[in-house]
Formats: sequence, structure tokens, C-alpha cells
Amino acid sequence: MYDNTRPDRYFTEEHQAFRQSLRAFVEAEIIPNVEAWETAGRLPRDLYRKAGALGVLGVLYPEDLGGSEGDFFMQVVVGEELSRCGAGGVCASLGSHSIGIPPVVKHGSAALRDTFARPVIAGEKIAALAITEPGGGSDVAALRTTAVRDGDSYVVNGEKTFITSGMQADVITVAVRTDPAARGAAGISFLLVEGDTRGLTRTELTKMGWWASDTAHLAFNDCRVPASHLIGVEGEGFKAAMMNFNDERLFLAVQAYSMAQACYDEALAWAQQRRAFGQTLAGHQVIRHKLVDMAARIDAARTLTYDVIWRRMQKLDPLNVHIARTSMAKVTATDAMKFCADEAVQILGGMGFMRGTVSERVYREVKVMTIGGGTDEVMRNLAASQLGI
Amino acid sequence: MKVLVPVKRVIDYNVKVRVKADGSGVDLANVKMSMNPFDEIAVEEAIRLKEAGKAEEVVAVSIGVKQAQETLRTALAMGADRAILVVAADDVHTDIEPLAVAKILAKIVEEEQPGLVLAGKQAIDNDMNATGQMLSALLGWSQGTFASELGVEGDHAVVTREVDGGLQTIKVKMPAIITVDLRLNEPRYASLPNIMKAKKKPLDEKTAADYGVDVTPRLAIVKTAEPEARAAGEIVPDVDTLVAKLKEKGVV
Repeated sequence: MYDNTRPDRYFTEEHQAFRQSLRAFVEAEIIPNVEAWETAGRLPRDLYRKAGALGVLGVLYPEDLGGSEGDFFMQVVVGEELSRCGAGGVCASLGSHSIGIPPVVKHGSAALRDTFARPVIAGEKIAALAITEPGGGSDVAALRTTAVRDGDSYVVNGEKTFITSGMQADVITVAVRTDPAARGAAGISFLLVEGDTRGLTRTELTKMGWWASDTAHLAFNDCRVPASHLIGVEGEGFKAAMMNFNDERLFLAVQAYSMAQACYDEALAWAQQRRAFGQTLAGHQVIRHKLVDMAARIDAARTLTYDVIWRRMQKLDPLNVHIARTSMAKVTATDAMKFCADEAVQILGGMGFMRGTVSERVYREVKVMTIGGGTDEVMRNLAASQLGI
Repeated sequence: MKVLVPVKRVIDYNVKVRVKADGSGVDLANVKMSMNPFDEIAVEEAIRLKEAGKAEEVVAVSIGVKQAQETLRTALAMGADRAILVVAADDVHTDIEPLAVAKILAKIVEEEQPGLVLAGKQAIDNDMNATGQMLSALLGWSQGTFASELGVEGDHAVVTREVDGGLQTIKVKMPAIITVDLRLNEPRYASLPNIMKAKKKPLDEKTAADYGVDVTPRLAIVKTAEPEARAAGEIVPDVDTLVAKLKEKGVV
């Protein structure tokens, strides 16, 4: 593996300086606490504040909201370094703002941005995005939660589920149908709902993995939301949701190959130290080859992801090509994660089956990565349609 | 008051240092370099003095190769206000000796007139532990070395020093040179907004000749060698065997 801490064509001195800060932060503030947070089922609010102070939550956002206006590779640094803790739940909940507030930052009114995006970037408030419903996930155009205008407010009714940070979130960006007559993509809007809104009931969901992340089912029962909390233009939520999805997928790809890397690092250290039949595991051809297969898949996923991001920043491709390649990058990266988690547990042997190893945890986190943010199947379908196949 | 903080670019403390095959020095090719950890503590302390309203400006200085800019940018990202780089060597293998460093620093002190020079007690590469003391002698200023606590009160600094017998607290008249020890503080992580701001902070570039200081080495390194490898240990089955072995070897 090449050393990704040095400046190269993707990362400048500033990127790597931030990587160094973040790496020290993850080692001191996150890794020692992962087990406790996994047991608690949520992250402490203090972690959001510390991350906010370090600039982790504001990488891509404008300076007037407390962000740093960094580029996509600065966000890659965040994804790669946070993933070194080997707990996807930490990345998911600490990163839920990155799907929750972009619609507010990009399309929200000055008042919404100031009241809600700013404190989220500072780590004082927690944000979540609520799109998926019990009746449908990746098929956004089919969503049924309604928001009916009544005077100065919208009245929201419906259900959202599998919402990351849903229990703790103070700010929830909810996709709703504002025009009940419209079918499909038309008539969908984003509405900002505060966590303590009357009529909102949150139920905690228990999961296969990502334990440190609080995941909720949200039921909206005649929730009155001020009409000023409409994000952007009524009825134009679908397009915003799609671009939001695309960027989410890019960073899920980063998280997936980084988790694969965490498995590889653990398996390699184990294989070089554990002895069997008179030599280290790494000395046995069958294990050496496994390790190289893992490294090759991580490298391929990372290289593809970097290239997709780089070409986007250079604006080299039409949007359909970018969307198709993003989808393919996500699938390639989650495939790498699936493969590496499996092989790492196998190399660790009995130890890989034990709680407390990174590989055991990541093994339980494979499925959420091949499902969340667009399933593998939806990714392939999307790529096919964008490429005109 | 202005605080001057000299910082050195050294091999990162996490790197396992390798000696070059011909014994002429250590291998620096593709090796990660960072700010000397003691200097990081000095930068942190200077920034804290500024945050406490006891200093107005923090100036970081580095003497060495051009790449030491990166080290200075780190100091700026932590919160220093501006930086001075004195390019005194072309080759990363050339280490400027403490006396030459102290002489250049003395000239910079004359120009900048700081109330305090806060330096690391030593650099982790050569472990000389000399520059601060030499600078104090050249300037005729008070010195407080190995500081584990520092208080600034009026025109005096109160320094708690880590000495062999424990802790010693002294009061020195300022301007003064303080060299800092490991336990003085825990340096902050440079935040992303501050890293971005650091790009825009001034970094002046000078040469050793600008200060009229001859940096030609006075010492010659005869040979660099790896420490002798430790012999492999022995695993014993139980405590009784361990005790018996230790008795046999006459250590207990």
C-alpha cells in the first residue's frame, strides 16, 4: 500500500496537515471509546462539539456558516481518517450532518441556514436526513409522507424509518409530498423538522451492526412545522435529493474501502505475528495470497473513487457519466469491504469470531454498506440507465 | 509582549530511524518529517499566553532547509501569527549546530525584540539540549530550562523546572529564554479552519548570510551506527522456573 499521508496530485500540504490532526484526534478521542459507544448505542454530544471545533463537520460548507470551504478531497481525508477507528457506526452518526444539512446549505433560506446549519457545523446540534419510509427506500418518487399547507404551517403525517442519528437529531431534513395530487418525482419537497416537534414520535431500532449509531423510526402525527421551514422551492425536492444521494454515495465509497483497509491492517498485523506450523501465518502462501487479494481490491476501489472525485472537480465529464461512475465506485468499494471483512475474519481465525476485533465488527457492517445510500442493485440499475445500456 | 518560538524540522517521532549502510548518517529518503515535539509544546504555550492576554504576537522561526516551511505552517495552523524561515542548508542531511542556530536566533531576537523566547528543551534528532542555553549566554538574558509550568507576572516569569531531585520553582526577570519539557501542556490539534488560515499568514524567508552567521559545522561525525540488537529472550513455563533462573544468574 502506498503512503496516503504524503502530498500528491490529489492531496496538498493542507489536506495532509489536516489528516495529521485528525489521525491524532481519532487515536486519542475515538478509538479508546469505541467499545463504550457501541454498548451505549449512541455517540456522546461532546464528541460532536470536539469534532466541530476541529473543523471535521464543516469541511465542505461556506465560511460564513463556520465551514472551511475545503474541496472534496478534504472530505475524503475525513472519511479515511474517521474510518481508522474501525467502527462504521461512529462514522455514520458523526457524519449524518453530511446528508442532513446540504439541502439546507444549498437551498435553504438565510434564516434556516443561520438557525440550523451553523450550529450543526459547530457540533452543537445533530442533524439527520429522513427519506426512507416503511413502504419504500431507494424508490424516492414513491414516498407517501405528506405535508399539507395550513396557514403559516405545514401539517406533516407519515412515517420514516432507518433514520441515522434519528434518536438524537435536533434538526431533521424530511422529504415530504407537498402536492398530494402529484405522482412520482413531482410534488416532493424538503422540510426542516425540529427534533422536539409535537406529534413526532421516535422509536429506537436495534441493528446487526453500526451499534454506536442511533437509528430511529420516526412517526409524524399531525406535526405542525412553520412554513418558513420549507427548504428551497416547493415541489423541487426530488432533484435535490438525487444530488444529495450522489455525494452521499461518493463518501460511502470512501468509508467502504477505508473499512476494508482497517480489516486489512488488522489481518496483516495478526498474520505477521501469529505462528502456525513453524512460521508466521504471513509466511504461508495461502495467507500471503489472501492479503494481496485484499490489498488489490482496496487499491482498485480507492483509485477509482479518487478518479471519480478528481474528474468531477475538473468538470471533465457530463453528469450522467459522473453519476454512473459514482454508482460503480460505491459498488466496487462495498465489494472490496465485503471481501476484506470476510478474509480478515478468516485470517484471524477464532479471534476473528470474537467481539472486540475490528474485523468482527466490520463483518457485521458489510450489509449496511451494500444496502444504505442506494442498494447494490439500485446502483447497478442507475449506472446502466445513465450509460444508456 | 511578543513571543518568539524556534521550531525544528525533525524525523517524525513515530518513524523507526534507520542508519545508512555506509554509516555516514541516518536514512532520510522518503522519511516523514514533523515538528520537534518539544517545540510543539513551546508553540502551544506561546499561543496560550496570547489567548490569556499576556502576549500580543507569536512569531515562529525555523532554521534549516527550505522544506522547514511545512513545519512553520504547522506552527501557523496551531495559532502562531507569522513565521520566519532562515534557509541555512541545501541538503536535508546537514544539521546546523546549536551554536550557529543560537547565533542566528540572537540576531533575530535583536530585530524582533521579544519579551520571551520559548523553545523546546532539545530536538529529538540529536538530543543536544544546548541551543536555549547558548542563546541565553549570547544575549545575556535569564534562562529557565526544562519548564513544566510557566507563569508570566509583570516583568517576571515564574518557571517550575523538572530537575533530577524533583521540581524547582524559580523566578526570572524578562526578557528571558524558557526551554520547555514534556509535561508543560498538551499541544492542540490544528483545526481545519486554522490550517486554511495559515496559508494566508506571512512567512518571511531569509538566509543565514542575511544575519552574517557562519554555519559551517565545527564538529565532524565520525560514524553513525545502530544500537546493538538485543538478544532474544527466553520463555519459561512458570514462576518457579523464572525465580530459579534469576537466582542462577545471580540477579536476585
